[in-house]
Amino acid sequence: MTAPSVAELHSRLEAVLGGAARAWLDQATAEATVGPATDTGQSAHLPSPGLAAPVWELRFAEAGRRCGPDHADAARLVLLHAARADTATLIRLYEQGTAAERRAVLTALPHLVPGPEALPLVEDALRTNDTRLVATALGPYAATHLPPHDWRHAVLKCLFTGVPVDSVADLARRSHGDIELARMLGDYAAERTAAGRTVPGDLYRVLALTDAPDPPGPAATPPGVPQRHADPLTSTGEEQES
Amino acid sequence: MRIFDPHIHMTSRTTDDYEAMYAAGVRAVVEPAFWLGQPRTSPASFVDYFDSLLGWEPFRAAQYGIAHHCTIALNPKEANDPRCAPVLDVLPRYLVKDNVVAVGEIGYDSMTPAEDHALAAQLGLAADHELPALVHTPHRDKLTGLRRTLDVVRESPLPLERVLIDHLNETTVKEAKDAGCWLGFSVYPDTKMDEERMVAILREYGPDQVLVNSAADWGKSDPLKTRKVGDAMLDAGFSDDDVDRVLWRNPVAFYGLSGRLVLDVTDAGPTHEGNSILRGGE
Repeated sequence: MTAPSVAELHSRLEAVLGGAARAWLDQATAEATVGPATDTGQSAHLPSPGLAAPVWELRFAEAGRRCGPDHADAARLVLLHAARADTATLIRLYEQGTAAERRAVLTALPHLVPGPEALPLVEDALRTNDTRLVATALGPYAATHLPPHDWRHAVLKCLFTGVPVDSVADLARRSHGDIELARMLGDYAAERTAAGRTVPGDLYRVLALTDAPDPPGPAATPPGVPQRHADPLTSTGEEQES
Repeated sequence: MRIFDPHIHMTSRTTDDYEAMYAAGVRAVVEPAFWLGQPRTSPASFVDYFDSLLGWEPFRAAQYGIAHHCTIALNPKEANDPRCAPVLDVLPRYLVKDNVVAVGEIGYDSMTPAEDHALAAQLGLAADHELPALVHTPHRDKLTGLRRTLDVVRESPLPLERVLIDHLNETTVKEAKDAGCWLGFSVYPDTKMDEERMVAILREYGPDQVLVNSAADWGKSDPLKTRKVGDAMLDAGFSDDDVDRVLWRNPVAFYGLSGRLVLDVTDAGPTHEGNSILRGGE
């Protein structure tokens, strides 16, 4: 999967935002581009005493209510890119961020961090049970940098928590020939079957991608068998790791 | 019946509660930052709590089709602990967050000088951040506490019209209403208000600017009290429109003063293995 460039995302965003939101984004992007300058004259009421953050970081926080929740991720990504946020800044914004802000930081990693130095953020997100964070953490940055053991556990976590494996970047490439992943998937299928429970359909998809010679473990539910679809209201129940 | 519980501590509640609340008609909640029962010993403990109010808890609520917002503050009880008071310096970085719709719960507990300072400072922060404020009234010496609260608000940069005075009862409702504040009532199994008394107050004072909440937390409380008040109102002859006004439109109007309220919780895509990934829509 090839992620769109930030410039492409920015253009798309400009096209769908309303006038006020677009004006806000243009202003915020300009503030971010000039970098962490003083806030003189840029805001009548922010920052407050004690909030020693550049103005663009405040814009980063308020992007949801300015652009609408559906466009907040893209708007925040544009701001991070415009500010050329370095790894230390990204780590701080992640640590101080809401779930939505953390998602934006994770999305920005492949665009802004060339090496593996931001992996602790991916690992943090993968420890959560927030499926939106888990899904975002498994983007192109993780595909490039996450070591095999951690990556396999992340894929398994997707199966546990109901994150569609379609959201895992580079799934086919990284799965291919991964005998250890195939073993883990087989064991998980066996465990589910032994417990009289169904096996997630995505498990067979990933197993097929590993191209393992023979799916190990006892016969699991064949792919054609309809899956149990639990009531969404139970979705933070047994499928969540706690 | 659509219900907005404007004051409930979901961090202390179970997923069964979320399920029952949704079934009863609850579609939106506001979770005020408050005391956890066990005293905190440092600002770091608040930081983790605030992060949870902005992270895990709205995610959990969304799984049950309920929009979750929060209010952020140093509560009056812990304002008295010098180990906790420095969290006031951390508040500005939380008050800019999208999901924060008010400063709260602030107000008085024992009416000490430390509480005076925390209340005044946080009313100022609310004005700075263009947020309304959720101000609770103390359990002990309530009427005196209300009067002192109103005096502090009058001296602050925050207009009374942007203040919700909570935990009101028969003895305090009139002065809070005359002051022009929004009027909050917490309906509890044994203490504070009950459904019948709530109906009586609505009869006497009308539904204008009245909000009803369960204030359910880790103590003996009932997250379905909002629905029970709605039912009691209908039994007493109030119209569906009156119920909708008290249980939905009034809280929407009050927290809408923040400009940050997002009420639609929509399914972002197909469910997978019975798990849906729900997120807020526009």
